[in-house]
Amino acid sequence: MSSGKLVNFKFLGFLLLVVLVSPLFLPTYIVSLLTQAMIFGILAMSLDVLVGFTGLASLGHASFMGVGAYTVAILVTEKGYGFWPSLGAALLVAAVVAAIFGLLALRATGVYFLMITLALAMMVWGVAYRWYRLTRGDNGISGIPRPELGVPWSMWVETNFFYLTLCAFVVVFLLLYLLVRSPFGYSLIGIKDSENRMQALGYNVWLHKYAAYILAGTFGGLSGAFWAYFNGFVSPPDIELTVSVEVLLMVILGGAGSLIGPFFGALIVVFMKNYLSIYVGRWLMILGATYILTVLFIPKGVYGGLGDLVQGLWRLRGKRPEPVKLEDSV
Amino acid sequence: MEFLIMQSFYGFSYGSLLFILSCGFTLIFGVMKFVNMAHASFYLLGGYVGITFLKWIGCTTLSFFLGIIVAAFTIGLLGVFIQRAFCRGLFGQDLPQVLLTLGFALFFDDLVLVVWGGDPVNVAVPEWLKDTLTFSNYHFPIYRLFMISTAVIVAFGLWLLLDRTSFGAKIRATADDEEMAGGVGIKIPLVSAGVFGLAAALAAIAGVVGGGFLSLYPGAGLIMIPLAVAVVIIGGLGSVKGAAAASVLLGLIDSFGKAFLPEFAYFTMYLPMVIILVVRPTGLFGKA
Repeated sequence: MSSGKLVNFKFLGFLLLVVLVSPLFLPTYIVSLLTQAMIFGILAMSLDVLVGFTGLASLGHASFMGVGAYTVAILVTEKGYGFWPSLGAALLVAAVVAAIFGLLALRATGVYFLMITLALAMMVWGVAYRWYRLTRGDNGISGIPRPELGVPWSMWVETNFFYLTLCAFVVVFLLLYLLVRSPFGYSLIGIKDSENRMQALGYNVWLHKYAAYILAGTFGGLSGAFWAYFNGFVSPPDIELTVSVEVLLMVILGGAGSLIGPFFGALIVVFMKNYLSIYVGRWLMILGATYILTVLFIPKGVYGGLGDLVQGLWRLRGKRPEPVKLEDSV
Repeated sequence: MEFLIMQSFYGFSYGSLLFILSCGFTLIFGVMKFVNMAHASFYLLGGYVGITFLKWIGCTTLSFFLGIIVAAFTIGLLGVFIQRAFCRGLFGQDLPQVLLTLGFALFFDDLVLVVWGGDPVNVAVPEWLKDTLTFSNYHFPIYRLFMISTAVIVAFGLWLLLDRTSFGAKIRATADDEEMAGGVGIKIPLVSAGVFGLAAALAAIAGVVGGGFLSLYPGAGLIMIPLAVAVVIIGGLGSVKGAAAASVLLGLIDSFGKAFLPEFAYFTMYLPMVIILVVRPTGLFGKA
């Protein structure tokens, strides 16, 4: 997957068109679910930079979303900041936290890295849960208004907020696409494939990983800022371990290393969470089962798996392999 | 002084529970290089099995200890089953291992809600364990003493098993070099299943013992697993000795942290991990 075309722009253009017109046909509830899927899509894509491209599986990515969301929540409700300053602050704080966490987490690799990110995320959760004066603890911060952008469309209308999120999503996607297709991105893939070789070739492996970690954290913060505005409410359950687990599932389910794949993962997870759990009621059980089935049966993810299937069918249609005559080959 | 002694005692007893919980986690990793994020689910399930058993048979001293054995046995079998059925094909693949076992962790946590309901419950303990032991003006809850002694027994038993039996020798051989161990005729699948079952059983023991002390509720597994993770990061992944040291350290930090800085209880729990990582990235007793 790391070689060849990463994304099919014809397909994505078509998809964008579908998404653009979809609010005209869909009920508001579905539109708000799509908005949610895009917010989590931003988070999952940023995690994919780590998991799929750098080979660093983080189990604490929801903490960056939490940092971004809490920053916006506090600035907006207590200081009355506008959209752009809050957004900038969310990105900045997430970047700073990622810069600190990266220093610690990147001292290890593999499973150790994963566990350290988990523990760091627990620290963030602990702060959100117990530091009452700053985060209002268990009660969370409520009453975050939708942003005022100085445009004639009110963001309280789901469809308008949907388009705002879509803009952010497309920008993030393009930025991340440029990032992973840049020489820097190819070095990251090299690090994923063989860290030793990249080291021997003279690359500063640690610095590459560190930069990737900070970038991923910053974009995670962006998704958090949108989450705060979307939900109007931020509380510790938004950043607990289950959320980090969900985000990692989005990446794996969608297909790690395919960038847009994790968005599909987010789409599936968000819709399953809101629909299946109504009918079955056992969301965590479904999530767990999805995990188990994904690992056992579609380790390449939906996007990668479907892509292979489509390509395979395409090739089958194009040319049939000639039957090999036994006499000739002997 | 009194405060110091009591807080140390509380910390030490809580650390004992953490040790029983996390020694299996670190053992599985040490022997099989397998990360079992569902380990705390075994803790939770074990506790609930103990509760059900004690409810069914009634709580006496004998049945309490029988309950621990029953829970350990049941969950041990479950562990063996999961290892044989799902984990064999994932050797050496960190990420799929973590994801698969996380899937199980979520699944079991929710299963508990379906089977046993959502209210926090405690394991019934015999009357004499609820008492306190009084020395002049120190009051030691007997249950905490019981937790410490269980941890000591578990630690001693593990040492005996790993260092003094032929099965232990096989486990150590497998941990050192799996291919060579297989080459000299050690049945690796048997050792792996055995270790996995043993670890699950230990977690179940922690569940019953811990369930008499902390309440059990759906989701408690996801609360406990980060603690086990912190223990093995500090102690060094794969080292039972390290797990013991780290458990006691974390227990003490928890009890003093809660006393001095209640607002940052979770923060202080993970802070030593961060400091130790900066100094020794592989943990106190970890191999590089």
